[in-house]
Amino acid sequence: MKSSTFMLIFSSLLLILVTDVGAETGKDNYKTYCVQCHGLEGNGKGINVADMSTQPRDHTDAKEMSARTDQELFKVIKDGGQSITKSVLMPPWSSTFSDEEIEDLVKYLHQLCKC
Amino acid sequence: MSYHNSKFYHGLRVILVISMGWITHAEAAGTGKDILDTQCLSCHAISQKTPQTLKELWERKGPDLSSAGIKYKSEWLTLWLQNPTRIRSAGMFYGNHIKLGKKLDEVDQSSLVKHPQLSSEDAKQVTEVLMTLKQNQALVTAGDYKPGRISMTMGDMMFDKFKGCLACHQIEPGYGGISGSEMYTAANRLQEDYLISFMRNPQAWEPKSIMQNKNLKEIDLQKLVHYLRALAKENVK
Repeated sequence: MKSSTFMLIFSSLLLILVTDVGAETGKDNYKTYCVQCHGLEGNGKGINVADMSTQPRDHTDAKEMSARTDQELFKVIKDGGQSITKSVLMPPWSSTFSDEEIEDLVKYLHQLCKC
Repeated sequence: MSYHNSKFYHGLRVILVISMGWITHAEAAGTGKDILDTQCLSCHAISQKTPQTLKELWERKGPDLSSAGIKYKSEWLTLWLQNPTRIRSAGMFYGNHIKLGKKLDEVDQSSLVKHPQLSSEDAKQVTEVLMTLKQNQALVTAGDYKPGRISMTMGDMMFDKFKGCLACHQIEPGYGGISGSEMYTAANRLQEDYLISFMRNPQAWEPKSIMQNKNLKEIDLQKLVHYLRALAKENVK
């Protein structure tokens, strides 16, 4: 029993160490790259928005956000708005984020919309 | 005084004048380096690696200067150091300078710090030293940019509708996104070959840059620099 508890703690620590190398959390990436347009509260009211022809998505809008699949969210982050026939103002982030980081961002979007 | 003596003294005078000139030059370079070391390094990196983590990005107060010699135009640098104006409306990293507003998020002006102003002589000497810093020289190819023209209408459309750059950059004071640097002075500030290189692959310069790699074609990189040059001419600042 004691040995299995030790193994569980050891594996968890190892997992934390492995996942921590290089990758940033979804929340930190959102705060750094997404907030400029999607806003401090994720409601689409970022500092860049005033002159935009298309308004950024409100990530707190559960109805709108539920209409998107995780695959679509992943694609729009990775390849930009045009990849899903949306606005060019949403840029492609494939050179900024790893696929794992994009997956974390998708999870974080679910937290924001509570959906 | 004999002919040989006068020739000797003339030679000595020439050596003295040359040496004095060399010493003055060396002192100037020394002063520029001193100013850089004492006044600039608390906000700018001149030899360290550019931010590799978000934490490092958030903590950075001013642009890295380790490649200043292949990035900036020296004439602009000398003038700007004497009369520094804000190039990024929301500061170096916008995330440190924003707050909730009534309609949209706003820049927290009280959090922004003014850049120190240098005298004309100090500005020249600092510029001289900065122009020797060329850490990322391998990323820039001299002559990469081929001068050409684009109509303002086409340039505006490309910058906004086709490539979406307007989301983060202003093309005239008060028009466009503000998390990125103002674009109407970009061609005054930055060397064209650097602009091509940075837009081609921002992450090669800064892994955590908030500028995305839009996978621009070579022809579009050239057109965008034509446009930035035209913008700078329109907005002489």
